[in-house]
Amino acid sequence: MRKILSLALGLAAGAALAGAGALPASAAEKLKAAWVYIGPVGDFGWTYQHDQGRKAVEAAFGDKVETTYVESVPEGPDAERVIEQLARAGNKIIFTTSFGYMEPTLKVAKRHPKVMFEHATGFKRDKNVATYNSKFHEGRYILGQIAAKMSKTGTIGYIGSFPIPEVISGINAMMLGAQSVNPDMKIKIVWVNSWFDPAKEADAAKALMDQGADIITQHTDSPAAMQAAEARGVKAFGQASDMISFGPKSQLTSIVDNWAPYYVKRVKEVMDGTWTSTDTWAGIKDGEVVMAPYTNMPDDVRAMAEATEAKIKSGELNPFKGPVYKQDGTLAAKEGEAVPDKDILSMNWYVKGIDDKVPGQ
Amino acid sequence: MLDTVMIGAVLASVVAAATTLLIASLGELVAERAGTLNLGVEGMMIIGAAVGYATAYSSGSLLLGTLAAVLAGVALSLVFAVLTVWLAANQVASGLATTILGLGLAGLIGAPFVGTRIDAAPELRIPGLTDLPIIGKAVFGQDAFVYASIALLVLVTWGLARTRTGLVIRAVGESHVAAHALGHPVRRIRTLAVMFGGACAGLAGAQLSLAYTPFWASDMTAGRGWIALALVVFSAWKPLWLLAGAYLFGAVSILQLHVQGFGLGIPSQLLSSLPYLATVAALVLISALKRGQGAPASLGVPFVPDR
Repeated sequence: MRKILSLALGLAAGAALAGAGALPASAAEKLKAAWVYIGPVGDFGWTYQHDQGRKAVEAAFGDKVETTYVESVPEGPDAERVIEQLARAGNKIIFTTSFGYMEPTLKVAKRHPKVMFEHATGFKRDKNVATYNSKFHEGRYILGQIAAKMSKTGTIGYIGSFPIPEVISGINAMMLGAQSVNPDMKIKIVWVNSWFDPAKEADAAKALMDQGADIITQHTDSPAAMQAAEARGVKAFGQASDMISFGPKSQLTSIVDNWAPYYVKRVKEVMDGTWTSTDTWAGIKDGEVVMAPYTNMPDDVRAMAEATEAKIKSGELNPFKGPVYKQDGTLAAKEGEAVPDKDILSMNWYVKGIDDKVPGQ
Repeated sequence: MLDTVMIGAVLASVVAAATTLLIASLGELVAERAGTLNLGVEGMMIIGAAVGYATAYSSGSLLLGTLAAVLAGVALSLVFAVLTVWLAANQVASGLATTILGLGLAGLIGAPFVGTRIDAAPELRIPGLTDLPIIGKAVFGQDAFVYASIALLVLVTWGLARTRTGLVIRAVGESHVAAHALGHPVRRIRTLAVMFGGACAGLAGAQLSLAYTPFWASDMTAGRGWIALALVVFSAWKPLWLLAGAYLFGAVSILQLHVQGFGLGIPSQLLSSLPYLATVAALVLISALKRGQGAPASLGVPFVPDR
């Protein structure tokens, strides 16, 4: 008996603490909107930026909207439970902000036809499920050009999270940008197999610098790599958030995720009753991919970066414009054409000039 | 591909990576030798990282930050101690609750500090010695946490094996009934052992947020508390094997990054799992060779005196 009691005591303590994670939602006339996050809002990366977007919605609509979020929701069955709860709590629009929420979002959406769902980075839609994503690779192309101008060793160090199309297309875009300035640029790629592990990201940055890379780029979420580069006086690019405070002398620029315009627009559409299921893939032109100020570089490099950014914005330049060659020499896009969107979204090959293999291929 | 400068840099990184694990697991080892299985290491570590950073950032003093981190780890360990040692609650459930509480509280405490940074804890610099090739930076160019971890190792190894206090701790862990019959205050001893574990976990958290990556971000421990816990089991509760395990894990996790950088084409997923595989293989081998030296007999068993 005592044993059972003590077990119950321990579990009750755990349950009470776990329950404290979800925020309460009170009934009101306001439009209720909810966000589901993969990480903590304090990651200063992916989730942090989504939460900035949520705050922008609050700022834009004030009393007319009530927002809720649930952070650190694992992908899988837990996600379905959380999304279901949010749908039942009277939210009219729910943003699920990680790739792995795709199936749970669709399942819950079927049961709640009057609730609008928005799934980030996915590719399956329904009548009440829209998808949205950003063209981060547009920013990566600019990074590549800057890197080629700034590097003395001719080697870029790239910290990857997982070898998925979004990350691989970023590596390719960066290389294409670099090759447009210096065809002999080299890249060293280290995968940390995590989106967020500051100590490991710092270790990866140090390993790359030890091996002669003098420009550090990351596709992971913490500012650890930037800080490691700053400590050694090496130049680096930030990711997701402007990381200038972690690398005042190192940061060349950051690719900043700006979800605010999209979130404000979509919430407005729900209020007006004009919301429809769409597939949005926005980039620099739409203000969803924002380049942090170009710093720690000579004026001519800054001018080049700004010119490229302007060309991407106007549609004059497509980072994946042909000719694009794969590693094995086959043509991915002919002269005068560009790699089609669907090929970018499923990219699992490196461009010519990358001296490495895509892991697992 | 390899020169002495790079080998020196790699060694220095290995030492730093191993230190976090060594500090946290030494504390847990003492708690477990006293018979309490505290699965709250990850929680105590992250609360140490958060409170340590918040204090260091606000006061400008790394020393104050470190002290605050240790105290925060102790405070959280007391929650666990009250539940398990004094109320005889289930240790596994209470430990998990401690981790969940720690992660949540740390996020709350750290929230105002997201996006800020401090200067890293200074590294030792002895002209001549630090510049020695290969080992110079690894041995004579580290921060205070690294030297503290070695001091802790000596203290725990010697303390457990050679002192009366160590003997009593081990006796409580092997048979709390016998120790109680001999008049030893079992619950007080276990509480102190758990507090020592909390202090070490807090210190390990401070090493992360003040030296390794000197900023605060939620969940920045990224599972290192769990690895520390596993190391204790695989080291067969022996401090010196813990040293071997922590350094092996650190070495493989740094080396696999370098192997990737050389572009040898080995799948990174395999390389990323190597630290775990290598450490498990090595430590399983160790415990197989030393049969009969398993867990403390009273580990995880609640003690209720004089029923």
